[in-house]
Amino acid sequence: MSHLTIGNRLEKNVTAQSMYDRSNSLTSGHRACQGCGEALAARCILDAAYIATDGKVAVINATGCLEVFSCVYPENSWQIPWLHSLFGNAPAVATGVAAAFKRQGKENVRVIAQGGDGALADIGMGCLSGMFDRNDDVLCVCYDNQAYMNTGVQRSGATPAFSRTATTLPTGDYLGNDVQTGKNLPKIAMAHGIPYVATASVSNIHDLEKKVAKAIHLKGARYLHVHVPCPLGWGYPTSETIKVARLAVQCGLFPLFEAERGKVIKSTPINAPLKVEEYLKGQRRFAHLFGKNASSDALITLQNIADDNIREYALVGDPNE
Amino acid sequence: MLYQLEGSHAIARTVALCRPGVVCAYPISPQTHILEGLEELIRGKKLENCEYLNVESEMGALSVAIGGEAAGVRSYTATSSQGLLYMIEAVYNASGLELPIVMTLGNRALGAPINIWNDHSDAMSARDAGWIMFFAETNQEAADLHILAFKVAEKVHCPVIVNVDGFILTHAYDRVDIPSQDKVDDFLPPYAPKASLDVNHPVAIGTMVPPEYFMEVRHLAHRKQEDSLAVIECTAHAFEKKFGRNSGGLLRRYGSPNADTVIVAMGSVAGTIKDAVDELNQEGGQFEELSIICYRPFPAEALRNSLKNAKRIIVVEKSLAVGIGGILSREVELTMKGCDVDVITVVAGLGGRNITKSMLKECFNKKSHEKITFLGLRNDIIGKQYVPINGDCC
Repeated sequence: MSHLTIGNRLEKNVTAQSMYDRSNSLTSGHRACQGCGEALAARCILDAAYIATDGKVAVINATGCLEVFSCVYPENSWQIPWLHSLFGNAPAVATGVAAAFKRQGKENVRVIAQGGDGALADIGMGCLSGMFDRNDDVLCVCYDNQAYMNTGVQRSGATPAFSRTATTLPTGDYLGNDVQTGKNLPKIAMAHGIPYVATASVSNIHDLEKKVAKAIHLKGARYLHVHVPCPLGWGYPTSETIKVARLAVQCGLFPLFEAERGKVIKSTPINAPLKVEEYLKGQRRFAHLFGKNASSDALITLQNIADDNIREYALVGDPNE
Repeated sequence: MLYQLEGSHAIARTVALCRPGVVCAYPISPQTHILEGLEELIRGKKLENCEYLNVESEMGALSVAIGGEAAGVRSYTATSSQGLLYMIEAVYNASGLELPIVMTLGNRALGAPINIWNDHSDAMSARDAGWIMFFAETNQEAADLHILAFKVAEKVHCPVIVNVDGFILTHAYDRVDIPSQDKVDDFLPPYAPKASLDVNHPVAIGTMVPPEYFMEVRHLAHRKQEDSLAVIECTAHAFEKKFGRNSGGLLRRYGSPNADTVIVAMGSVAGTIKDAVDELNQEGGQFEELSIICYRPFPAEALRNSLKNAKRIIVVEKSLAVGIGGILSREVELTMKGCDVDVITVVAGLGGRNITKSMLKECFNKKSHEKITFLGLRNDIIGKQYVPINGDCC
């Protein structure tokens, strides 16, 4: 392939998105908001899966933004076999599809279940855990935008601490989501001992595509947790989705790693970690932690989470040391 | 070939003859023996090319079946009572997606109070879910209805619930003819899906449908069910021709033709009612029993024709709509609108309460009935427990 002249197309290892004949699994014309991290991640992931499988991929989608903006009859943005059933059952439906493909001798057609953090960390956790437990031949992708965005930004089990949502509005002494620190779905997945668990960020497309290309061919249950900022729900300019996603990685709040059979095997280093404030301050959902009612305790709590991640996943320095 | 079998095992063996490719299992009494039976048949290679999945909930069970069917493979599961309620969102989804799943419902009461015994409350909770619903009278019919269910489901692209009275049929041993594989294969060809997840012909299944199209989707679903009535009748005739016995269809009549009093019921209680009707007719009465085998789509026209000469219709039903009364009786009443006939509601057998022949005979012989009768109600308990609520607002 000839080297083109702009952006990442100069790199030797081009991404699927820079190919002029990219598959466009999720094609243009859909109704996602401007700057939607989920739409971008979904296209990147499914195009990568499409290329890695030579087009042999089927997708089961949970209810949520991704389903609603991609297909309102008679319009449809999906260029691949795609099925939406319910909010909480996408992993189980995918199990059925994978079982049926096995019966038909079509195991080369790879099955992806996908949904948001509400669909997988909350309402569908039973079905997700069951799929992991049986080690069904499904890759489950969670697009984590850390709240119920489709219904208007309500708190989910994956909403981070001190985050403003429509159901955790900071008022007086109440600093927003003070319940726990967000369910850690990658760790829950790892606790099932499944073949592959990885986290990825929409700010690092190369890493994301590599993980998809690896995961899609592995047998058994696999889980990919992708951090996808939401300009509407988080309150930042629509042009800054990638920047916000990158800051989350660089401060250590969203560690990028891969795990096999419950053990972390590789993490992506962040050589000079930023303070969490760098990530938080550009987002309206954390605005109450700054300014005249600033809470240093809350910021310390969040910094501690980032520091713990940096230690636990060895994000600074040589992770193999 | 004739076997002495538990109802659940007769069903399991018959379902296996229908060659499902995906079977999802989650235990709940009283259907559990069916899925245990299928597990044994699959492990023992009596049913080959079938994926048997132990799932984590009833929601998982029906969802896996939805996935299997959407990918073009015949899929089956079974449940009861609370399990049906737990999966109810997927129940509506399966019919909306036009996936011809067949599910056995081992009929059981709904709690609270928790009760594992038989009635039809669970079935009634899914009566508007867009599934075709059959009710079995005997173990033989329970087994046969599954062959018919797959055949009808796949012809009209609509899922089917086969209702089988919990314990009364599921756990009772009876003589059942299990047909040969060849005959079933001949009757039920391999599943040809309407649209499935296919990389060569990608389609999006289950998209959002806005107000401009939604009414039409629902209207078409209703029309499809109405059209299915003829398919169900015709399939039952074909079944009789092939297997040499009458099973399934819309409804079945027994006793004195054109009797003044017709007893309408569903499921296994028909057996006891028939015995009561026989004795009453021997004693000089004029009674007929009518079983509704196909409850959804509701066979209104066939029912109206069968009941047109009745002076009195007694509907014996194993369910209660709290706040209004009978469910089946209300539907029969609507069906008979404009006819000069009394429709009497007899609620019986809730939560496994025995329904005896003598109770039924006494009830049918009564000249006048309350608006709603609770058969065998223990008035000693009601007398102590019922405290009228003061009609004041505060």
